[in-house]
Amino acid sequence: MMDKLIFGRYVPADSAIHKMDPRSKLIMVFLFVFVIFLANNVVSYALVAVFTLAIVKLSKVPARFLINGLKPVLILILFTFLLHLFFTKEGELLYKWNVIEIYSGGLRQGIFISLRFAFLIVITSILTLTTTPISLTDGLETLFNPLKKWKLPVHELALMMSISLRFIPTLLEETDKIMKAQAARGTEFSSGPVTSRMKAVVPLLIPLFVSSFKRAEELAVAMESRGYRGGEGRTKFRLLRWERKDTYLVLAICILGILLIVFRT
Amino acid sequence: MRINLQNVEHKYQVNTPFERAALTDVTIDIPSGTYLAVIGHTGSGKSTLLQHLNGLLQPTKGYIQVGEQRITAGKKEKNLKAIRKRVGIVFQFPEHQLFEETVLKDICFGPMNFGVSEEEAIRLAKESITKVGLGEEILEKSPFDLSGGQMRRVAIAGVLAMQPEVLVLDEPTAGLDPRGRKEIMDLFYSIHKDSGISTILVTHSMEDAARYADEIVVMHKGSVFERGKPRDIFSRSAELAELGLDVPNTVKVQLMLERSTGLKFGRICLSLDELTSEIAASMKRGDLS
Repeated sequence: MMDKLIFGRYVPADSAIHKMDPRSKLIMVFLFVFVIFLANNVVSYALVAVFTLAIVKLSKVPARFLINGLKPVLILILFTFLLHLFFTKEGELLYKWNVIEIYSGGLRQGIFISLRFAFLIVITSILTLTTTPISLTDGLETLFNPLKKWKLPVHELALMMSISLRFIPTLLEETDKIMKAQAARGTEFSSGPVTSRMKAVVPLLIPLFVSSFKRAEELAVAMESRGYRGGEGRTKFRLLRWERKDTYLVLAICILGILLIVFRT
Repeated sequence: MRINLQNVEHKYQVNTPFERAALTDVTIDIPSGTYLAVIGHTGSGKSTLLQHLNGLLQPTKGYIQVGEQRITAGKKEKNLKAIRKRVGIVFQFPEHQLFEETVLKDICFGPMNFGVSEEEAIRLAKESITKVGLGEEILEKSPFDLSGGQMRRVAIAGVLAMQPEVLVLDEPTAGLDPRGRKEIMDLFYSIHKDSGISTILVTHSMEDAARYADEIVVMHKGSVFERGKPRDIFSRSAELAELGLDVPNTVKVQLMLERSTGLKFGRICLSLDELTSEIAASMKRGDLS
Protein backbone atom coordinates (compact mmCIF):
# COMPACT_ATOMS: atom_id res chain seq x y z
CA MET A 1 0.00 0.00 0.00
CA MET A 2 2.83 2.35 0.92
CA ASP A 3 4.49 1.97 -2.48
CA LYS A 4 1.74 3.89 -4.21
CA LEU A 5 1.53 6.75 -1.78
CA ILE A 6 3.65 9.64 -2.82
CA PHE A 7 2.21 12.30 -0.56
CA GLY A 8 4.37 12.94 2.47
CA ARG A 9 7.12 10.72 1.21
CA TYR A 10 10.51 12.30 1.50
CA VAL A 11 13.25 11.28 -0.91
CA PRO A 12 16.62 12.15 0.56
CA ALA A 13 19.16 13.56 -1.88
CA ASP A 14 21.89 16.14 -1.90
CA SER A 15 20.43 18.89 -4.04
CA ALA A 16 19.99 22.66 -4.02
CA ILE A 17 16.24 22.28 -3.60
CA HIS A 18 16.63 19.90 -0.67
CA LYS A 19 18.85 22.37 1.14
CA MET A 20 16.52 25.30 0.69
CA ASP A 21 14.49 26.79 3.48
CA PRO A 22 11.02 25.20 3.58
CA ARG A 23 9.53 28.70 3.69
CA SER A 24 10.92 29.66 0.30
CA LYS A 25 9.66 26.41 -1.19
CA LEU A 26 6.23 26.94 0.32
CA ILE A 27 6.05 30.50 -1.03
CA MET A 28 7.19 29.26 -4.43
CA VAL A 29 4.50 26.56 -4.60
CA PHE A 30 1.86 28.97 -3.31
CA LEU A 31 2.71 31.55 -5.97
CA PHE A 32 3.06 28.89 -8.65
CA VAL A 33 -0.55 27.82 -8.13
CA PHE A 34 -1.66 31.36 -9.09
CA VAL A 35 0.97 32.07 -11.70
CA ILE A 36 0.17 28.96 -13.73
CA PHE A 37 -3.34 30.26 -14.39
CA LEU A 38 -1.83 33.21 -16.25
CA ALA A 39 -0.51 30.94 -18.99
CA ASN A 40 -2.84 30.79 -21.98
CA ASN A 41 -0.76 30.37 -25.12
CA VAL A 42 2.08 28.26 -26.46
CA VAL A 43 4.83 30.66 -25.40
CA SER A 44 3.56 31.05 -21.85
CA TYR A 45 3.07 27.28 -21.43
CA ALA A 46 6.60 26.75 -22.73
CA LEU A 47 7.87 29.16 -20.07
CA VAL A 48 6.03 27.26 -17.32
CA ALA A 49 7.40 24.00 -18.70
CA VAL A 50 10.95 25.32 -18.62
CA PHE A 51 10.50 26.50 -15.05
CA THR A 52 9.03 23.15 -13.94
CA LEU A 53 11.74 21.12 -15.64
CA ALA A 54 14.44 23.34 -14.14
CA ILE A 55 13.05 22.75 -10.65
CA VAL A 56 12.84 18.99 -11.27
CA LYS A 57 16.41 18.95 -12.58
CA LEU A 58 17.68 20.93 -9.60
CA SER A 59 15.90 18.71 -7.09
CA LYS A 60 17.62 15.54 -8.36
CA VAL A 61 14.43 13.59 -7.62
CA PRO A 62 14.30 10.51 -9.90
CA ALA A 63 11.63 10.93 -12.60
CA ARG A 64 10.18 7.58 -11.54
CA PHE A 65 8.86 9.11 -8.32
CA LEU A 66 7.16 11.94 -10.16
CA ILE A 67 5.59 9.61 -12.71
CA ASN A 68 4.29 7.44 -9.87
CA GLY A 69 2.84 10.56 -8.30
CA LEU A 70 1.05 11.43 -11.52
CA LYS A 71 -0.47 7.99 -11.97
CA PRO A 72 -3.37 8.31 -9.50
CA VAL A 73 -4.53 11.61 -11.09
CA LEU A 74 -4.05 10.37 -14.65
CA ILE A 75 -7.72 9.46 -14.93
CA LEU A 76 -8.72 12.93 -13.80
CA ILE A 77 -6.36 14.51 -16.31
CA LEU A 78 -7.65 12.27 -19.09
CA PHE A 79 -11.24 13.04 -18.14
CA THR A 80 -10.76 16.81 -18.27
CA PHE A 81 -8.87 16.43 -21.54
CA LEU A 82 -11.74 14.53 -23.14
CA LEU A 83 -14.29 16.92 -21.72
CA HIS A 84 -12.55 19.86 -23.34
CA LEU A 85 -11.91 17.93 -26.52
CA PHE A 86 -15.56 17.13 -27.10
CA PHE A 87 -17.36 20.11 -25.65
CA THR A 88 -15.31 23.17 -26.55
CA LYS A 89 -16.69 24.40 -29.82
CA GLU A 90 -14.14 26.96 -30.90
CA GLY A 91 -11.75 27.31 -33.82
CA GLU A 92 -12.05 25.21 -36.93
CA LEU A 93 -13.69 21.80 -37.18
CA LEU A 94 -11.02 19.08 -37.31
CA TYR A 95 -13.07 15.91 -37.23
CA LYS A 96 -16.69 14.96 -37.39
CA TRP A 97 -18.38 11.63 -36.91
CA ASN A 98 -22.05 11.44 -36.04
CA VAL A 99 -22.63 13.74 -33.08
CA ILE A 100 -18.92 13.86 -32.20
CA GLU A 101 -17.27 17.05 -33.35
CA ILE A 102 -13.72 17.97 -32.51
CA TYR A 103 -12.61 21.56 -32.91
CA SER A 104 -9.04 22.86 -32.90
CA GLY A 105 -9.90 25.10 -29.95
CA GLY A 106 -11.04 22.08 -27.97
CA LEU A 107 -7.86 20.15 -28.71
CA ARG A 108 -5.77 23.14 -27.73
CA GLN A 109 -7.71 23.75 -24.55
CA GLY A 110 -7.61 20.06 -23.63
CA ILE A 111 -3.83 19.91 -23.98
CA PHE A 112 -3.33 23.13 -22.03
CA ILE A 113 -5.55 22.13 -19.13
CA SER A 114 -3.94 18.67 -18.88
CA LEU A 115 -0.49 20.26 -18.89
CA ARG A 116 -1.56 22.70 -16.19
CA PHE A 117 -2.70 19.78 -14.06
CA ALA A 118 0.52 17.86 -14.59
CA PHE A 119 2.73 20.87 -13.80
CA LEU A 120 0.81 21.61 -10.62
CA ILE A 121 1.15 18.06 -9.40
CA VAL A 122 4.83 17.86 -10.28
CA ILE A 123 5.66 21.10 -8.47
CA THR A 124 3.66 20.23 -5.35
CA SER A 125 5.17 16.73 -5.24
CA ILE A 126 8.62 18.27 -5.52
CA LEU A 127 7.82 20.20 -2.36
CA THR A 128 6.92 17.12 -0.34
CA LEU A 129 9.58 14.94 -1.94
CA THR A 130 12.40 17.32 -1.05
CA THR A 131 11.20 18.55 2.35
CA THR A 132 10.89 16.43 5.46
CA PRO A 133 7.42 16.64 7.03
CA ILE A 134 8.97 18.16 10.15
CA SER A 135 10.62 21.07 8.37
CA LEU A 136 7.49 21.52 6.27
CA THR A 137 5.39 22.10 9.38
CA ASP A 138 8.15 24.27 10.85
CA GLY A 139 8.06 26.37 7.72
CA LEU A 140 4.28 26.65 7.78
CA GLU A 141 4.33 27.62 11.42
CA THR A 142 6.79 30.49 10.88
CA LEU A 143 4.99 31.65 7.75
CA PHE A 144 1.66 31.80 9.53
CA ASN A 145 3.12 33.34 12.67
CA PRO A 146 1.83 36.87 11.90
CA LEU A 147 -1.71 35.48 12.00
CA LYS A 148 -1.35 35.01 15.75
CA LYS A 149 -2.37 38.65 16.06
CA TRP A 150 -5.85 37.57 14.99
CA LYS A 151 -5.91 34.81 17.60
CA LEU A 152 -5.26 32.03 15.08
CA PRO A 153 -3.72 29.05 16.97
CA VAL A 154 -0.78 28.75 14.60
CA HIS A 155 1.41 26.60 16.81
CA GLU A 156 -1.42 24.20 17.59
CA LEU A 157 -2.32 23.86 13.92
CA ALA A 158 1.27 23.10 13.01
CA LEU A 159 1.45 20.55 15.80
CA MET A 160 -1.74 18.91 14.59
CA MET A 161 -0.25 18.65 11.14
CA SER A 162 2.99 17.09 12.26
CA ILE A 163 1.16 14.64 14.50
CA SER A 164 -1.10 13.51 11.67
CA LEU A 165 1.85 13.08 9.33
CA ARG A 166 3.67 11.13 12.01
CA PHE A 167 0.75 8.74 12.47
CA ILE A 168 0.13 7.86 8.81
CA PRO A 169 2.45 4.83 8.89
CA THR A 170 1.14 3.77 12.31
CA LEU A 171 -2.42 3.86 11.05
CA LEU A 172 -1.51 1.87 7.95
CA GLU A 173 0.06 -0.78 10.14
CA GLU A 174 -2.97 -0.84 12.40
CA THR A 175 -5.28 -1.17 9.39
CA ASP A 176 -3.29 -4.13 8.16
CA LYS A 177 -3.50 -5.84 11.55
CA ILE A 178 -7.25 -5.36 11.95
CA MET A 179 -7.89 -6.44 8.37
CA LYS A 180 -6.05 -9.66 9.06
CA ALA A 181 -7.87 -10.27 12.34
CA GLN A 182 -11.25 -9.77 10.66
CA ALA A 183 -10.24 -11.82 7.62
CA ALA A 184 -9.40 -14.64 10.03
CA ARG A 185 -13.01 -14.34 11.25
CA GLY A 186 -14.33 -14.78 7.73
CA THR A 187 -14.60 -11.20 6.42
CA GLU A 188 -13.79 -10.96 2.74
CA PHE A 189 -12.17 -7.69 1.76
CA SER A 190 -10.96 -8.44 -1.74
CA SER A 191 -13.40 -10.98 -3.12
CA GLY A 192 -17.12 -11.56 -3.21
CA PRO A 193 -19.96 -9.24 -4.26
CA VAL A 194 -19.54 -5.47 -3.95
CA THR A 195 -22.24 -5.09 -1.30
CA SER A 196 -20.59 -7.55 1.07
CA ARG A 197 -17.24 -5.91 0.44
CA MET A 198 -18.72 -2.56 1.41
CA LYS A 199 -20.14 -4.09 4.56
CA ALA A 200 -16.68 -5.44 5.34
CA VAL A 201 -15.52 -1.87 5.91
CA VAL A 202 -17.52 -1.57 9.15
CA PRO A 203 -15.56 -4.17 11.15
CA LEU A 204 -12.40 -2.45 9.91
CA LEU A 205 -13.29 1.20 10.52
CA ILE A 206 -14.84 0.93 13.97
CA PRO A 207 -11.83 -0.70 15.65
CA LEU A 208 -9.61 1.75 13.77
CA PHE A 209 -11.54 4.73 15.15
CA VAL A 210 -11.59 3.31 18.65
CA SER A 211 -7.85 2.75 18.68
CA SER A 212 -7.16 6.17 17.17
CA PHE A 213 -9.13 7.91 19.90
CA LYS A 214 -7.35 5.86 22.53
CA ARG A 215 -4.02 6.68 20.98
CA ALA A 216 -4.84 10.39 20.89
CA GLU A 217 -5.81 10.32 24.55
CA GLU A 218 -2.59 8.54 25.48
CA LEU A 219 -0.51 10.94 23.43
CA ALA A 220 -2.13 13.93 25.10
CA VAL A 221 -1.44 12.52 28.55
CA ALA A 222 2.15 11.71 27.61
CA MET A 223 2.69 15.25 26.30
CA GLU A 224 1.19 16.92 29.31
CA SER A 225 3.13 14.76 31.72
CA ARG A 226 6.28 15.93 29.99
CA GLY A 227 5.30 19.53 30.63
CA TYR A 228 3.85 20.51 27.27
CA ARG A 229 2.07 23.85 27.53
CA GLY A 230 1.51 24.84 23.90
CA GLY A 231 3.73 27.18 21.92
CA GLU A 232 4.13 29.77 24.67
CA GLY A 233 7.82 30.61 25.12
CA ARG A 234 8.88 27.46 23.34
CA THR A 235 12.22 27.61 21.55
CA LYS A 236 13.12 25.54 18.49
CA PHE A 237 15.76 22.87 18.12
CA ARG A 238 15.93 23.21 14.33
CA LEU A 239 16.30 26.82 13.29
CA LEU A 240 15.26 27.86 9.82
CA ARG A 241 17.86 29.82 7.89
CA TRP A 242 16.91 31.98 4.93
CA GLU A 243 19.80 32.08 2.50
CA ARG A 244 20.54 33.73 -0.77
CA LYS A 245 19.33 30.76 -2.85
CA ASP A 246 15.95 31.03 -1.14
CA THR A 247 15.65 34.60 -2.30
CA TYR A 248 16.59 33.46 -5.80
CA LEU A 249 13.84 30.85 -5.82
CA VAL A 250 11.18 33.39 -4.81
CA LEU A 251 12.57 35.85 -7.37
CA ALA A 252 12.46 33.16 -10.06
CA ILE A 253 8.76 32.51 -9.52
CA CYS A 254 8.06 36.26 -9.49
CA ILE A 255 9.94 36.69 -12.78
CA LEU A 256 7.98 33.79 -14.24
CA GLY A 257 4.80 35.57 -13.22
CA ILE A 258 5.89 38.82 -14.86
CA LEU A 259 6.97 37.01 -18.04
CA LEU A 260 3.62 35.29 -18.23
CA ILE A 261 1.76 38.58 -17.90
CA VAL A 262 3.89 39.93 -20.75
CA PHE A 263 3.52 36.97 -23.07
CA ARG A 264 -0.05 35.91 -22.45
CA THR A 265 -2.68 36.86 -24.95
CA MET B 1 -6.58 -31.68 11.17
CA ARG B 2 -3.05 -31.98 10.00
CA ILE B 3 -1.06 -29.02 8.78
CA ASN B 4 2.10 -29.53 6.80
CA LEU B 5 4.45 -26.80 5.65
CA GLN B 6 6.90 -27.79 2.94
CA ASN B 7 9.92 -25.60 2.12
CA VAL B 8 7.94 -22.47 2.77
CA GLU B 9 9.61 -19.20 1.94
CA HIS B 10 8.06 -15.79 2.38
CA LYS B 11 9.46 -12.54 1.09
CA TYR B 12 7.92 -9.18 1.88
CA GLN B 13 7.69 -6.48 -0.82
CA VAL B 14 9.06 -8.63 -3.60
CA ASN B 15 10.75 -6.78 -6.47
CA THR B 16 11.26 -3.57 -4.53
CA PRO B 17 14.41 -2.24 -2.89
CA PHE B 18 12.73 -3.10 0.42
CA GLU B 19 12.52 -6.84 -0.34
CA ARG B 20 13.37 -9.00 2.62
CA ALA B 21 12.86 -12.64 3.45
CA ALA B 22 10.90 -13.31 6.63
CA LEU B 23 10.85 -17.09 6.16
CA THR B 24 13.44 -19.17 4.37
CA ASP B 25 12.81 -22.83 3.72
CA VAL B 26 10.53 -23.75 6.62
CA THR B 27 9.31 -27.33 6.81
CA ILE B 28 7.07 -28.21 9.74
CA ASP B 29 4.60 -31.03 10.13
CA ILE B 30 1.84 -30.51 12.67
CA PRO B 31 -0.14 -33.74 13.17
CA SER B 32 -3.74 -33.55 14.30
CA GLY B 33 -4.18 -32.95 18.01
CA THR B 34 -0.69 -31.62 18.72
CA TYR B 35 0.02 -28.77 21.11
CA LEU B 36 2.93 -27.02 19.48
CA ALA B 37 4.75 -24.02 20.92
CA VAL B 38 6.72 -21.75 18.62
CA ILE B 39 9.43 -19.72 20.32
CA GLY B 40 11.98 -17.37 18.86
CA HIS B 41 13.48 -13.96 19.19
CA THR B 42 11.60 -10.88 17.90
CA GLY B 43 11.94 -10.86 14.12
CA SER B 44 12.59 -14.59 13.85
CA GLY B 45 9.54 -15.03 11.62
CA LYS B 46 7.06 -16.44 14.13
CA SER B 47 4.23 -14.06 13.25
CA THR B 48 4.82 -14.47 9.53
CA LEU B 49 4.74 -18.22 9.99
CA LEU B 50 1.42 -18.27 11.78
CA GLN B 51 -0.24 -16.01 9.20
CA HIS B 52 0.52 -18.69 6.63
CA LEU B 53 -1.46 -21.28 8.55
CA ASN B 54 -4.83 -19.92 7.39
CA GLY B 55 -3.84 -18.24 4.17
CA LEU B 56 -3.61 -14.64 5.38
CA LEU B 57 -0.19 -14.67 3.78
CA GLN B 58 0.76 -16.87 0.88
CA PRO B 59 4.20 -18.39 0.52
CA THR B 60 6.54 -17.10 -2.17
CA LYS B 61 7.95 -20.63 -2.44
CA GLY B 62 6.86 -24.05 -1.23
CA TYR B 63 3.38 -25.06 -0.11
CA ILE B 64 1.16 -25.47 2.94
CA GLN B 65 -1.14 -28.44 3.21
CA VAL B 66 -4.09 -27.69 5.47
CA GLY B 67 -6.26 -30.81 5.70
CA GLU B 68 -7.18 -31.63 2.12
CA GLN B 69 -6.47 -28.14 0.84
CA ARG B 70 -3.13 -26.97 -0.38
CA ILE B 71 -1.86 -23.39 -0.59
CA THR B 72 0.91 -23.34 -3.17
CA ALA B 73 3.26 -20.47 -3.93
CA GLY B 74 2.22 -18.43 -6.94
CA LYS B 75 -1.19 -20.08 -7.26
CA LYS B 76 -4.32 -18.22 -6.30
CA GLU B 77 -6.23 -20.36 -3.84
CA LYS B 78 -9.94 -19.76 -4.26
CA ASN B 79 -11.36 -21.28 -1.16
CA LEU B 80 -9.37 -19.56 1.57
CA LYS B 81 -12.57 -19.05 3.53
CA ALA B 82 -12.92 -22.78 4.10
CA ILE B 83 -9.40 -22.86 5.50
CA ARG B 84 -10.08 -19.87 7.73
CA LYS B 85 -13.15 -21.58 9.14
CA ARG B 86 -11.06 -24.56 10.17
CA VAL B 87 -8.02 -22.67 11.41
CA GLY B 88 -8.91 -20.00 13.97
CA ILE B 89 -6.33 -17.39 14.90
CA VAL B 90 -6.30 -15.43 18.14
CA PHE B 91 -4.08 -12.48 17.35
CA GLN B 92 -2.01 -10.49 19.76
CA PHE B 93 -4.28 -8.02 21.58
CA PRO B 94 -7.39 -9.60 20.04
CA GLU B 95 -9.60 -7.04 21.82
CA HIS B 96 -8.64 -4.59 19.05
CA GLN B 97 -10.89 -6.49 16.65
CA LEU B 98 -14.12 -5.89 18.60
CA PHE B 99 -16.57 -3.64 16.78
CA GLU B 100 -20.19 -4.64 17.27
CA GLU B 101 -22.81 -2.97 19.46
CA THR B 102 -23.16 -5.93 21.78
CA VAL B 103 -20.88 -8.73 22.87
CA LEU B 104 -23.38 -11.24 21.50
CA LYS B 105 -23.28 -9.74 18.00
CA ASP B 106 -19.52 -9.60 18.04
CA ILE B 107 -19.16 -13.26 18.97
CA CYS B 108 -21.74 -14.23 16.34
CA PHE B 109 -19.84 -12.28 13.66
CA GLY B 110 -17.33 -15.05 12.93
CA PRO B 111 -19.70 -18.04 12.85
CA MET B 112 -22.25 -16.15 10.73
CA ASN B 113 -19.57 -15.17 8.23
CA PHE B 114 -18.95 -18.87 7.81
CA GLY B 115 -22.61 -19.54 7.06
CA VAL B 116 -23.95 -20.62 10.45
CA SER B 117 -27.60 -19.73 11.09
CA GLU B 118 -28.45 -17.01 13.59
CA GLU B 119 -29.97 -19.32 16.22
CA GLU B 120 -27.00 -21.64 15.98
CA ALA B 121 -24.60 -18.67 16.25
CA ILE B 122 -26.37 -17.46 19.40
CA ARG B 123 -26.13 -20.94 20.88
CA LEU B 124 -22.40 -21.03 20.06
CA ALA B 125 -21.93 -17.56 21.54
CA LYS B 126 -23.53 -18.60 24.83
CA GLU B 127 -21.44 -21.75 24.87
CA SER B 128 -18.15 -19.96 24.22
CA ILE B 129 -18.79 -17.08 26.61
CA THR B 130 -19.10 -19.58 29.47
CA LYS B 131 -16.01 -21.40 28.20
CA VAL B 132 -13.93 -18.24 28.61
CA GLY B 133 -15.24 -17.80 32.15
CA LEU B 134 -17.72 -14.95 31.70
CA GLY B 135 -21.42 -14.88 32.56
CA GLU B 136 -24.17 -14.83 29.95
CA GLU B 137 -25.38 -11.46 31.26
CA ILE B 138 -22.36 -9.84 29.58
CA LEU B 139 -23.71 -10.76 26.13
CA GLU B 140 -26.04 -7.76 26.05
CA LYS B 141 -23.37 -5.24 27.02
CA SER B 142 -21.32 -3.16 24.63
CA PRO B 143 -17.84 -4.63 24.21
CA PHE B 144 -16.39 -1.14 24.75
CA ASP B 145 -17.80 -0.92 28.27
CA LEU B 146 -15.84 -3.94 29.45
CA SER B 147 -12.53 -4.06 31.27
CA GLY B 148 -9.37 -4.96 29.34
CA GLY B 149 -9.35 -8.53 30.61
CA GLN B 150 -13.03 -9.03 29.81
CA MET B 151 -12.55 -7.62 26.31
CA ARG B 152 -9.73 -10.10 25.74
CA ARG B 153 -11.98 -12.98 26.81
CA VAL B 154 -14.83 -11.80 24.60
CA ALA B 155 -12.48 -11.60 21.61
CA ILE B 156 -11.22 -15.11 22.33
CA ALA B 157 -14.82 -16.33 22.61
CA GLY B 158 -15.39 -14.81 19.16
CA VAL B 159 -12.74 -17.10 17.71
CA LEU B 160 -13.82 -20.16 19.72
CA ALA B 161 -17.41 -19.75 18.48
CA MET B 162 -16.12 -20.45 14.95
CA GLN B 163 -15.41 -24.00 16.19
CA PRO B 164 -11.99 -24.19 14.57
CA GLU B 165 -10.23 -27.53 14.21
CA VAL B 166 -6.89 -25.83 14.71
CA LEU B 167 -6.40 -22.97 17.14
CA VAL B 168 -3.49 -20.64 16.51
CA LEU B 169 -2.54 -18.34 19.38
CA ASP B 170 -0.23 -15.37 18.98
CA GLU B 171 0.87 -14.39 22.47
CA PRO B 172 -2.69 -14.53 23.74
CA THR B 173 -1.79 -13.35 27.24
CA ALA B 174 0.38 -10.32 26.41
CA GLY B 175 -0.43 -7.45 28.74
CA LEU B 176 -2.52 -9.47 31.22
CA ASP B 177 -1.86 -9.83 34.94
CA PRO B 178 -0.35 -13.12 36.16
CA ARG B 179 -3.66 -14.54 37.30
CA GLY B 180 -5.46 -13.67 34.06
CA ARG B 181 -2.55 -15.18 32.17
CA LYS B 182 -2.77 -18.49 33.93
CA GLU B 183 -6.56 -18.65 33.64
CA ILE B 184 -6.45 -18.02 29.91
CA MET B 185 -3.62 -20.44 29.27
CA ASP B 186 -5.41 -23.13 31.34
CA LEU B 187 -8.56 -22.43 29.36
CA PHE B 188 -6.79 -23.04 26.05
CA TYR B 189 -5.23 -26.18 27.43
CA SER B 190 -8.55 -27.62 28.58
CA ILE B 191 -10.13 -26.83 25.19
CA HIS B 192 -7.20 -28.56 23.56
CA LYS B 193 -7.60 -31.64 25.77
CA ASP B 194 -11.41 -31.80 25.70
CA SER B 195 -12.05 -31.32 22.00
CA GLY B 196 -8.79 -32.72 20.70
CA ILE B 197 -8.04 -29.74 18.44
CA SER B 198 -4.50 -28.89 17.47
CA THR B 199 -3.11 -25.84 19.19
CA ILE B 200 -0.22 -23.74 17.96
CA LEU B 201 1.05 -21.25 20.49
CA VAL B 202 3.46 -18.47 19.61
CA THR B 203 4.90 -17.20 22.84
CA HIS B 204 7.72 -15.39 24.57
CA SER B 205 6.95 -17.15 27.82
CA MET B 206 9.23 -20.15 28.21
CA GLU B 207 7.16 -21.21 31.23
CA ASP B 208 4.04 -21.52 29.08
CA ALA B 209 5.94 -23.38 26.37
CA ALA B 210 7.34 -25.80 28.95
CA ARG B 211 4.09 -26.31 30.79
CA TYR B 212 1.60 -26.83 27.97
CA ALA B 213 3.33 -27.84 24.76
CA ASP B 214 3.89 -31.39 23.51
CA GLU B 215 6.58 -30.08 21.22
CA ILE B 216 8.51 -26.87 20.73
CA VAL B 217 9.75 -25.33 17.50
CA VAL B 218 12.58 -22.84 17.87
CA MET B 219 12.64 -20.27 15.10
CA HIS B 220 15.74 -18.31 14.20
CA LYS B 221 16.23 -15.87 11.34
CA GLY B 222 13.29 -17.17 9.39
CA SER B 223 13.97 -20.87 9.61
CA VAL B 224 13.44 -23.73 12.03
CA PHE B 225 16.45 -23.91 14.28
CA GLU B 226 15.33 -26.86 16.33
CA ARG B 227 12.30 -28.93 17.11
CA GLY B 228 11.80 -31.26 20.03
CA LYS B 229 10.14 -32.11 23.30
CA PRO B 230 10.25 -29.29 25.87
CA ARG B 231 12.62 -31.24 28.09
CA ASP B 232 15.10 -31.72 25.26
CA ILE B 233 14.86 -28.15 24.05
CA PHE B 234 15.35 -26.63 27.48
CA SER B 235 18.29 -28.88 28.28
CA ARG B 236 20.27 -26.82 25.74
CA SER B 237 20.24 -23.56 27.61
CA ALA B 238 23.57 -22.43 26.16
CA GLU B 239 22.33 -22.83 22.57
CA LEU B 240 19.12 -20.97 23.39
CA ALA B 241 21.05 -18.16 25.04
CA GLU B 242 22.97 -17.67 21.82
CA LEU B 243 19.68 -17.08 20.01
CA GLY B 244 18.67 -14.58 22.66
CA LEU B 245 16.21 -17.01 24.25
CA ASP B 246 15.71 -17.95 27.87
CA VAL B 247 14.88 -21.15 29.72
CA PRO B 248 12.04 -21.46 32.27
CA ASN B 249 12.81 -20.13 35.74
CA THR B 250 12.82 -23.61 37.25
CA VAL B 251 15.57 -24.63 34.84
CA LYS B 252 17.51 -21.50 35.75
CA VAL B 253 17.30 -22.35 39.45
CA GLN B 254 18.28 -25.92 38.70
CA LEU B 255 21.34 -24.84 36.72
CA MET B 256 22.39 -22.44 39.48
CA LEU B 257 22.04 -25.18 42.09
CA GLU B 258 23.97 -27.65 39.97
CA ARG B 259 26.74 -25.15 39.40
CA SER B 260 27.11 -24.16 43.04
CA THR B 261 26.92 -27.67 44.48
CA GLY B 262 28.47 -29.71 41.69
CA LEU B 263 25.45 -32.01 41.72
CA LYS B 264 23.68 -33.27 38.63
CA PHE B 265 19.90 -33.73 38.76
CA GLY B 266 18.42 -36.68 36.91
CA ARG B 267 16.28 -34.56 34.57
CA ILE B 268 15.59 -31.03 33.47
CA CYS B 269 12.91 -29.67 35.77
CA LEU B 270 10.14 -27.95 33.84
CA SER B 271 7.83 -27.30 36.78
CA LEU B 272 8.09 -26.31 40.39
CA ASP B 273 6.87 -29.76 41.46
CA GLU B 274 9.60 -31.47 39.51
CA LEU B 275 12.23 -29.18 40.92
CA THR B 276 11.10 -29.61 44.54
CA SER B 277 10.94 -33.39 44.21
CA GLU B 278 14.45 -33.48 42.69
CA ILE B 279 15.76 -31.30 45.53
CA ALA B 280 13.95 -33.42 48.12
CA ALA B 281 15.38 -36.58 46.60
CA SER B 282 18.95 -35.34 46.70
CA MET B 283 18.48 -34.08 50.25
CA LYS B 284 17.29 -37.54 51.23
CA ARG B 285 20.38 -39.05 49.66
CA GLY B 286 22.39 -36.58 51.69
CA ASP B 287 23.94 -34.87 48.65
CA LEU B 288 22.30 -31.60 49.57
CA SER B 289 21.86 -30.14 52.97
